[in-house]
Amino acid sequence: MMSEAPVLSVRDLEVSFATKRGVARVVRGVSYEVAAGETLAIVGESGSGKSVSTLALTKLIPIPPGRVTGQALLGDDDLVPLSERQLLEYRGTRVGYVFQDPMTSLNPVHTIGRQLTEHTRYHLGLSESQARERAVELLEQVGIPAAESRLDDHPHQFSGGMRQRVVIAIGLACDPDVLIADEATTALDVTTQAQILDLVRRLQRERGMAVVWITHDLGVVAGIADRVLVMYAGEVVEQAGVDTLFDLPRHPYTVGLLESLPVLGDLERRDLTAIPGLPPPPTHLPEGCAFHPRCAFRHDERCATERPPLTEVAPGHSIRSFYAVPEEAARAASTAARLPEPGSDRTTDPEGRDDARSGRT
Amino acid sequence: MSEEPLIAVDDLEVHFPGGPRSILRRGSPPPPVRAVDGVSFEIRRGETLGLVGESGCGKSTTGLALLRLVEPTAGSVTFDGRDVRALSRRELRTLRRRVAMIFQDPYASLDPRMTVGDAITEAMVIHDLHGDGKGRRRRAGELLERVGLHPDVAERYPHEFSGGQRQRVGIARALAVEPDFIVCDEPIAALDVSIQASVMNLLAELQADLGLTYLFIAHDLAAVQHVSDRIAVMYLGRIVEQADREQLYRSPGHPYTQALLSAIPVPSPAHERERRRTLLEGDVPSPMDPPSGCRFRTRCPEVFEACGRVDPALQEVAEQHHVACLLHGEVGTEVPRSEHRDAART
Repeated sequence: MMSEAPVLSVRDLEVSFATKRGVARVVRGVSYEVAAGETLAIVGESGSGKSVSTLALTKLIPIPPGRVTGQALLGDDDLVPLSERQLLEYRGTRVGYVFQDPMTSLNPVHTIGRQLTEHTRYHLGLSESQARERAVELLEQVGIPAAESRLDDHPHQFSGGMRQRVVIAIGLACDPDVLIADEATTALDVTTQAQILDLVRRLQRERGMAVVWITHDLGVVAGIADRVLVMYAGEVVEQAGVDTLFDLPRHPYTVGLLESLPVLGDLERRDLTAIPGLPPPPTHLPEGCAFHPRCAFRHDERCATERPPLTEVAPGHSIRSFYAVPEEAARAASTAARLPEPGSDRTTDPEGRDDARSGRT
Repeated sequence: MSEEPLIAVDDLEVHFPGGPRSILRRGSPPPPVRAVDGVSFEIRRGETLGLVGESGCGKSTTGLALLRLVEPTAGSVTFDGRDVRALSRRELRTLRRRVAMIFQDPYASLDPRMTVGDAITEAMVIHDLHGDGKGRRRRAGELLERVGLHPDVAERYPHEFSGGQRQRVGIARALAVEPDFIVCDEPIAALDVSIQASVMNLLAELQADLGLTYLFIAHDLAAVQHVSDRIAVMYLGRIVEQADREQLYRSPGHPYTQALLSAIPVPSPAHERERRRTLLEGDVPSPMDPPSGCRFRTRCPEVFEACGRVDPALQEVAEQHHVACLLHGEVGTEVPRSEHRDAART
């Protein structure tokens, strides 16, 4: 999958904000790539810098006080030095965004039709009737029934799940090379989330776009990602293919996160292992490794004095830690170890209903 | 079930008025919102019942109605043998010494201008517990220590705490009245994953040490499964299935429970690839106008003709496992399986 040239390639991205309490270093030297047809998940807790590391690409953060350095190559174009005006040619056209809350990302006073045609008329120069045709097409693609008759409806006339479909349609309107989904299913109920995840997977297959999926939910990551970045205190602390990340996580923070998760189907009731302490504020980052004050695998003085580089522990798998979690402990933390074999659970339907279902996926 | 349950809820109903008649809207007033519409369950002493469902299913309203923080419109709630709905204002105050509540957002539920020490002692003052101010302050210190905070933080204000610490303060405040029973309404939903675990561990520890009984209300079935002994699944104001945690996971009987289980992403890529998903179509209908018959029928993958006519009651399908679905043998409506699939959706 990575043999293709990446669509988006971010190098040494740094984002800081000047605040009353000093300079907040929110993103610190983040690099990632994503290829066409690939889904990269960026996972982390609140304040880890996962959203800012993508918002900053097209300067969707206030500047100043924000400050962005590094490189963000979309094809051959570096986005970082571009002006606000130049960025208009990229935002929403070559980079599509879907945000968490569809009620706030849609304008309540305009019809869905107007919000869906705005982009295509401005960027693609379509006429009003062409743009409306395109809008109907997009709404159909994202699974909105009776699309044509819904164009003149306002956002409040849609349910939460339907609104998020509209937002996705807007994100896709100009056929972006990269779709950035920032907690796009977090505000939705699980059954609606399942619909939206399914939709994004299908659209990605059909269009071959690159997707960057930002979330705090490791379950969603497991279902949608090809590769994963784990962020902590503005840094990438672990980077791996999705299977490796869940089966053999090597960074103490990733291991801690997995061990603190309740897993549906893990019926051996056991104490969850919480990570002690709190993430550091971005204005007062600790010396050395940012995670060392909370780390269960802290080793020696070096952890507290020297910033560990991102180092490869296996091909395609890197961690930012001087000491990788030993393989045995890593395997024990894997969520797969806590679950029955895939497919073997829940087979005891007294009516054999599962047989009737086995054809579905 | 030989033991007398601590809480027994029978056919509980909370309907909110649909709004006043207005000159702009002639004719009959809008129908009531049937937030909770015939819910029954029991919780034994020392047990945790998980109440799970999606937004708007009535799970939080159920929790509030148990404490009469919203007034039930019908049905009964019995706490330790006493009918809660029949209590006078004064008697209700006595009841509220024995039951407490933990809310989702501890920031919203704590007064920003009150030190956490004052927030914790407030309930002691109301219920005249622990003698004088000194005794109460000492007790507040003990409680803070009990929930893993330093007693000195009593002098601080809510904004000085992180989300997880604030939730610990919320728990300390709930413990101030020395309750037997705590309604936990989405107590971890606002917290980061690594913090959620510590709060769930604390709740489990307190239950073991103090013999507390919990109603744990949440939308996250993985968390509910982790903390609960038994689980009730709600949909549109009704409980559609109730079983112990293991039974509910291994052999879910209601199509909604099955869909819910299959929709929850599991943090294991291998499992995610292997999963058979039941994708539900459409959205939850309005609680102002629930469908006739079974409320889930408009989205049910197994719907058949009788579902529109018969409102299924909770039936025991196995020991301590109740399901409200016509597929589980409501007398006289048995339909051969092959016909289910052909039946048109209504």
